[in-house]
Amino acid sequence: MMLEITFLGRGGQGAFTSSRILGAAASLHEKKHSLSFPSFGPERRGAPVFAYTKISDEPIRDRSQSSKSDYIVILDESLYTDALLLKLKEGGKVIINSAQDAKYEDDKIITFEASHVATEFLGAPITNTAMLAVLVCYTNIVSIESLISAINEDLSHRVAVKNQKLVQYIAAKIGGEAHV
Amino acid sequence: MEPTKKFVSGDEAVAIGVKLAKPHVIAAYPITPQTIVVERLAEMVESGELESEYMYVESEHSALAAVMGASVLGARTFTATSSQGLLYMAEVLHYASGGRVPLVMMNANRSVALPWSIFGDQRDSLSLLDSGWIQVYVEDAQESLDMMLQAYAIAEHPDVLTPVMVNLDGFILTHTYECIEIPTSEQVETFLPKFEFANKMDINEPKNLFFSSSPEHNIGFKYQQHKAIENAKSVIEEIDKKYEAVTTRGYGGLVDAYKCDDADYIIITLGSITGLVRDVVEELRSEGQKVGVLKVRYMRPFPDEEIRAYTKAAKVIGVLEKDISFGYQGTVFTNVSAALRECDVQLINYVAGLGGKNIAREEIVHIYKELNDTENKSKVSAVKSQAVRFVGVEVPKDED
Repeated sequence: MMLEITFLGRGGQGAFTSSRILGAAASLHEKKHSLSFPSFGPERRGAPVFAYTKISDEPIRDRSQSSKSDYIVILDESLYTDALLLKLKEGGKVIINSAQDAKYEDDKIITFEASHVATEFLGAPITNTAMLAVLVCYTNIVSIESLISAINEDLSHRVAVKNQKLVQYIAAKIGGEAHV
Repeated sequence: MEPTKKFVSGDEAVAIGVKLAKPHVIAAYPITPQTIVVERLAEMVESGELESEYMYVESEHSALAAVMGASVLGARTFTATSSQGLLYMAEVLHYASGGRVPLVMMNANRSVALPWSIFGDQRDSLSLLDSGWIQVYVEDAQESLDMMLQAYAIAEHPDVLTPVMVNLDGFILTHTYECIEIPTSEQVETFLPKFEFANKMDINEPKNLFFSSSPEHNIGFKYQQHKAIENAKSVIEEIDKKYEAVTTRGYGGLVDAYKCDDADYIIITLGSITGLVRDVVEELRSEGQKVGVLKVRYMRPFPDEEIRAYTKAAKVIGVLEKDISFGYQGTVFTNVSAALRECDVQLINYVAGLGGKNIAREEIVHIYKELNDTENKSKVSAVKSQAVRFVGVEVPKDED
């Protein structure tokens, strides 16, 4: 079975970095196959960016963009629309970086306030690794250890160290109370 | 030492392959979606990871001229381009092939203007099929890396001495990240001989290179050029086998046939779309349908014998390509038709994915269904079915 994850953010927020780290975690650190790719085209800071990761036990040969996803991870709450719920596969979830959990009534939506903790750990509200940690905690797509290894390989050492602490903090926080 | 694994894009896989071949000179001008290739190589040269002369040039025309000049001094070289950049090189492409300069170039397949588009199709390289270069089209990031190394071995082979263009589908392959295995430097040394150019410019052994010819002699040079690319057919097979012996990865030479032996219906493909067609073949096979896919890896030299051999059992063949030669057919289709002119098989041309349009799984399934339906139609409608079909374009009934 193939899992499809879509990341949605604004140019500069690291949505594509998320999809790449997740793909690397799956194919370099677990015995899985993966593809990661951005929505193709010119790159513009602030513009909406979709990025995709496909993960499977079998080699993935279909390179087309995912029309429906198992999980949609939204780094920037302002990009959420109800129409995104129609792009979920059955049993799929939308995970939003938001401080307003009560605003979202649909049980397909999970929220986590990532901006605040990201600022605390990284000194800036860059939430891509925080939201990856949230995704992994809720879904076990890969292990937290694999995720941290992939972060260390993808980011520069100085940045990776901070992100690793952020991921470990979130794993400890969610791990107990919300693991599904 | 064991080969290492890395999660990279197609462009990065090309850069890694080039680095392993240790070119002495790199000259390139950046253009989307090739840019990452030359950026990575520039970083490698800057960090000292790759010892190479990196020439910053003002255009693609200059880039190709620069590596051509370096190559005739005996240097192994690299350049890369895409779309308008490749078209801008057109004049120099003929100089390089006519001069028998064994260059290696990566081309990121991208649409050509107008309408302006940075997205992928194969009209850029296919429009230059007659420029005398060997053209290979790859399917994934691993094949991209591996073919950079094979390309040097082919181009520099004394029986070939012809430039090689390695084509990657823009974005779909150049910008998609996947896991690759990187050969060790020992493996590369075993596989790829040092570049020894017999015709190089040498002060101690002066030669006349890049010369003019009289009408009396010109055709003789062109005959040799043609024979060299024909020689490349066996060299390509031989080098692929050698590469497989060293790395365990081989690609089958000029074509890659998947479940074609007993197939009634075959789709012929070029490039990265082959992966999706393989998936559909497996799906339809599990329902008992006898279908296959034949990937044309090399457009020059053209694998006419291989296409005849692998389609022997086929009743109807679809040629799926991201190209159209306006006023006739897709160029791949024209070439395949010529190869099969004496064979009792029906052919349909599917033009798809122009300017980066997505080719969906359902569209591939539908093509196999049409191939099946065509066989059951009368001869008259079969003739009509030979028209070019644009996938995903609504055609008014009276134009069909």
